[in-house]
Amino acid sequence: MTRSRLGRVALQLVLPVALVALWWWTSAGSTEVFFPPLSRIVDSLRDDWLFEQVGTDLVPSLTRFTIGYALAVGTGIALGVLIGLAPRVRRASLPVIEFLRSIPPPLMLPFVLVVIGIGDNSKIVLIVLGAVWPVLLNTIDGVRGVDPLMLDMARSFGLGRGTRIGRVVLPAASPKIVAGMRTALSIGLILMIISEMQASTNGLGFRVLSAQRSFDSAGTYAGVIVIGVVGLVVNFGFLVVEARIMRWHRGAQRVVEA
Amino acid sequence: MRVEVRRRAEAIVLPVLGVAVVLVAFEVAPRVGILPRVTFPPLSESARALWDLVKTGDLWQPVLDTLDSWVRAMVIATLIGVPLGLAIGASRLGRLLTGLTIDFLRPIPSVALIPILVLVYGTSPTLKVTLAVFGATFPLVFQASYGMTDVDPVAKDTARAFGMGPFTRLWRIVLPSCAPYLATGLRISASIALILVVTGEYVVGLPGLGREVLIAQSSAAYDRMYALIIAAGLLGVALNLAFVAVERRVLFWHPSHREAAA
Amino acid sequence: MTVLDIDRVSKTYGVGADAFTAIDEISFTAEPGELLCIVGPSGCGKTTLLRCISGLMAPTSGVVHLDDRTVTAPPRAMAPVFQDYSRSLLPWMDIHHNVTLPLKAARVPRAERQALAGDALASVGLGAHGRKYPWQLSGGMQQRAAIARALAYQPEILLLDEPFASVDAQTRADLEDLLLQVWDRTHLTVLLVTHDIDEAVYLADRILVLSAAPTRVRKTITVDLPRPRDQIATKELPEFARLRASVFALIKAESSSARPEDASAE
Repeated sequence: MTRSRLGRVALQLVLPVALVALWWWTSAGSTEVFFPPLSRIVDSLRDDWLFEQVGTDLVPSLTRFTIGYALAVGTGIALGVLIGLAPRVRRASLPVIEFLRSIPPPLMLPFVLVVIGIGDNSKIVLIVLGAVWPVLLNTIDGVRGVDPLMLDMARSFGLGRGTRIGRVVLPAASPKIVAGMRTALSIGLILMIISEMQASTNGLGFRVLSAQRSFDSAGTYAGVIVIGVVGLVVNFGFLVVEARIMRWHRGAQRVVEA
Repeated sequence: MRVEVRRRAEAIVLPVLGVAVVLVAFEVAPRVGILPRVTFPPLSESARALWDLVKTGDLWQPVLDTLDSWVRAMVIATLIGVPLGLAIGASRLGRLLTGLTIDFLRPIPSVALIPILVLVYGTSPTLKVTLAVFGATFPLVFQASYGMTDVDPVAKDTARAFGMGPFTRLWRIVLPSCAPYLATGLRISASIALILVVTGEYVVGLPGLGREVLIAQSSAAYDRMYALIIAAGLLGVALNLAFVAVERRVLFWHPSHREAAA
Repeated sequence: MTVLDIDRVSKTYGVGADAFTAIDEISFTAEPGELLCIVGPSGCGKTTLLRCISGLMAPTSGVVHLDDRTVTAPPRAMAPVFQDYSRSLLPWMDIHHNVTLPLKAARVPRAERQALAGDALASVGLGAHGRKYPWQLSGGMQQRAAIARALAYQPEILLLDEPFASVDAQTRADLEDLLLQVWDRTHLTVLLVTHDIDEAVYLADRILVLSAAPTRVRKTITVDLPRPRDQIATKELPEFARLRASVFALIKAESSSARPEDASAE
């Protein structure tokens, strides 16, 4: 039992380890600007990111991201519930929403920079303008798809409007809402980085870009790796929270499939 | 009767009303001061700028530059992503081997690679294509993989019982079964690829819609800037509609596309 | 005890040429504490009738009276049990919370809520399963939970819409007996819609046989079988067979006279 599990873990590690080894080996003596030796990248990671730039860059980045993401999710769910529950409003607003969400989110950056200016606010607004759409659309979808029988039951037992929305509609829509939040997570991260590349004096995106501009290739790669790790941790954290909150859904699904 | 007529009227009137309200809002807001007039001209001015771009033909070259990179990226992403996804989905070993690697690479925000790509490509437009390929391959790999694991085992067994060889089975059972997943994957990838191409153009200054936006922004020609942003949005809508239309025609036979019995 | 009176209730869908009358001037009175079963051919407006009675739907004409009050919205004195328990029990809450939710909405204080829920769950045999989620239970147990939820609500009238149609025969027999026990203890007025004739005869004081659409009350049959009823002994009585046959004959006659286009409406 344990041996096959160990075997499975080992198998999963083969490819990543092999790729890293390959990278190390092929970059070892490299003098190309765009392909620095992995050893130097590691040095850069150690020197700059442990732990000096954590405070000056990582924290501000993550703070802006968190605020923007929270606002996007809150707005998306609130508006989504309102629109989803009002069929006429939904039919009226859907074309507009579909168009606005088709604008490549990074192109909202010029709008935000030009109207709000440089600074934290514009970055947060940008994250909201990009990340709200998947949450909004998925919430509308989820709210619409609530089982009418459940709503009948709720009305039959005298549940008021607020209770119906809070205890029936939102939980029933939550699988779709969470899926939207997952998409919004990636969009938010992308916008955080882009905004820092264009108009910032600190942050992950800024760090990586200034390393590139000063031809510090090891530093550039190091920065990208840090961003990758941040992306990984944020996604993983989301999955963990989601697994906990949506445990009922997986349980119920498994019964349906049985 | 009256109810039916009202419903059909609403289906047209309401969306039009919704769009009209928003258009009016964006026209009035800068004039009234809710949005700064200098940096956000009334919608009619941006619309006129868009019309000018169309009339003078200045819109088409950037659109073509963007589309050119987009097409290249989509072709490469499909050629890499679909076979890879199918292979991974087909074998448990494949999934085990690649699972961790993909889970590590996927959350990397594609735009983070831009500085590295600048080091590699400088200001060559190939940068956009590489960036878009990176972002657009993953959805294809995933969807192809899901599709493979979702093939009805009963269908496969039936095919084998009828003496179909492995390649025939692949062509006639497995691939058609994966088709809806591939279609979804293509749609998602198309959207991501477009976004990344335009982003690359904007951030690095490569020829295309993105760079035009940057130029307009830098020269404070804000009406032109918004016109180009709207154009990019319209391009995205057009591509999405095209994909949906093709999907509907090609997948008409699939349960997900059949009209539910009334 | 509350008297439930249905007074010439009609429901017509659509207008003009496309109008479809599901139920047409149905009148009856449910005596307090009575167990009334409603049967009818497939496609007759059984569900429509129940929705009008429960206040979920407004009738096109006619009135539903609870004593002297008119029912315009789901009244506090009524509690429903639906056929599809997997869609009426909330899967994100455990059984206990499913049962207490209506009580919380009715602003019943916490201690009383807990007591009512505990008693109700115990009375249906789920006392030990309160912390489980609906999808962790079998179909029969889920329907018991739905019954417990209705009971905890402390209604005067229980409305059941084909409650045992989604479980297997053995479970159905168990649930029927459970319903009889609960009814015997609580003396609620029970309105039960079913397409199972055996079930109707087994459970009822009176059976309302409905016609095909436009649905009216075709006949009211009094069931004089002795109580307590027993799955084996009662069903062996010649009177049981006679009642069963006469209900069956009525429904068969209604089914064959039903026009095919009406069969889809419910």
